[in-house]
Amino acid sequence: MATAHSRTAARLMISPAVLLLLAWMIVPLSMTIYFSFLSYNLLSPGTEEYIGLLNYEYFLTDPAFFAALGNTLLLVGGVLVITTVGGVLLALLLDQPMWGQGIVRILVIAPFFVMPTVSALVWKNMFMNPVSGLFAYGASAIGIEPFDFLAHAPLFSIIVIVAWQWLPFATLILLTALQSLDSEQLEAAEMDGAGKISRFFYMVVPHLSRAVTVVILIQTIFLLSVFAEILVTTNGGPGTASTNITYLVYAQSLLQFDVGGGSAGGIVAVILANIVAIFLLRMIGKNLEA
Amino acid sequence: MARAVTTRRKAAFTLCAWAIGLTIFFPILWTVLTSFKTEAQAIADPPTLLFFQWTTENYSEVLGRSNYFRHFANSVIISVGSTILGLIIAIPAAWSMAFVPAKRTKDVLMWMLSTKMLPPVGVLIPIYLIFRDTGLLDSRIGLVIVMTLINLPIIVWMLFTYFKEIPGEILEAARMDGATLWSEIIYVLTPMAVPGIASTMLLNIILAWNEAFWTLNLTTTNAAPLTAFIASYSSPEGLFYAKLSAASAMAIAPILIMGWFSQKQLVRGLTFGAVK
Repeated sequence: MATAHSRTAARLMISPAVLLLLAWMIVPLSMTIYFSFLSYNLLSPGTEEYIGLLNYEYFLTDPAFFAALGNTLLLVGGVLVITTVGGVLLALLLDQPMWGQGIVRILVIAPFFVMPTVSALVWKNMFMNPVSGLFAYGASAIGIEPFDFLAHAPLFSIIVIVAWQWLPFATLILLTALQSLDSEQLEAAEMDGAGKISRFFYMVVPHLSRAVTVVILIQTIFLLSVFAEILVTTNGGPGTASTNITYLVYAQSLLQFDVGGGSAGGIVAVILANIVAIFLLRMIGKNLEA
Repeated sequence: MARAVTTRRKAAFTLCAWAIGLTIFFPILWTVLTSFKTEAQAIADPPTLLFFQWTTENYSEVLGRSNYFRHFANSVIISVGSTILGLIIAIPAAWSMAFVPAKRTKDVLMWMLSTKMLPPVGVLIPIYLIFRDTGLLDSRIGLVIVMTLINLPIIVWMLFTYFKEIPGEILEAARMDGATLWSEIIYVLTPMAVPGIASTMLLNIILAWNEAFWTLNLTTTNAAPLTAFIASYSSPEGLFYAKLSAASAMAIAPILIMGWFSQKQLVRGLTFGAVK
């Protein structure tokens, strides 16, 4: 039984974590909100003044914002489609009987452990480079013009790179979910005369759908903040062709030193992420009760 | 009832899975192979897969020229340091939430999780300015602090899900025998919790090692870990494929190995216990 004494102790033990996270969240976030109402450029210190919602007005009517919003949606959407569809198929395949299953599993999940800057640079230089990349060699070997991926299809190229990093994550989680499906239940259904197809649609699919939802939500949180892959490959360009919201805010605040405008952008990013987070938290919370 | 599987079917699945697995793994394999080529062979047309003059000169050159050890040491200090600091803060918190749950425990857990969902750009400017004004910019201690804070929710959550699985009766038995709170933690709980703590540690070292938003924005040279060091190859220097490959291979090897050992924990940690 928890005594009053242990309850107090418990509260004491929990407080450092809570206080630190509270500080980490509230201090900088309220500073960002405060900055977003100021005209504040790091290049001209001492000239800060309150300008109301003007930063938001500028940020939200900037054509770069719409480009970045569109790119963010395409990047998140594209990677989600590739990784969930690919992940489901791969998980179903890896769940089949085969030789060397453990090794294949290791091969498939390896890209997830590669740091973003490495995977982006390896793809950029050794595969997508129009002169000495492996794709260029492949193209000229079959007699077609090499394609400069990052110059002519920058966003698509980044989607490919990011999808390569996250496909293992989706596969691993879906495979884990698949393997936790009770095989006795499946066999019972088989004994009762359920065919292969009905077993799949009435038992496997509902079981997987929960895991798919988790994969989609968690990936969305991370994918909204893709940064390193863009920084080392295209720098958001050409123009704003591969700039997402995260990169736009970074460019505005740390490259153009526009603290006010960057802060407004940061708050917009927080609001967008929150919309996703609400759904994710609700799902995980439900699981906590079960 | 074991289902009979024909050998032919099994062979087909094997072939298919291996083909896909090798394709997905190929960029990593190619990086490792290229790291053993000379620069000329690395861009040779046609490319050679295995039959080239193997050399280790790229490794010695990367190690000799670019302060590689310093960046490697930074990565180790930042990832291990932040994980240990995080565990010190998180273990008591997770323990009390798992064994002395209060009415608000669930809310606290969910709130901790929600901090993880705050996009980093939302706090980039204040953190950057605070770091600039306190001299933490480009310092290892600064990055250890940031990395601890961004991974703290995951550490607490993972530990919580592990601690939850420890049966409460054992604790009650210990209390009946007169164990105090602290001896309970030290002699009863810790031994049972070690596997969970180890898994948590492993996953968080991996996450911190690969983190590339804060490391790129808050470091320049001094405290730059491998993520930031490799990013410096995005300049034309990156066209030296063999050296880029050698630097990359060394940056990912330790974590790749740790990652392979922690597949299961990865699922639990990254889905916050929603998929086990």
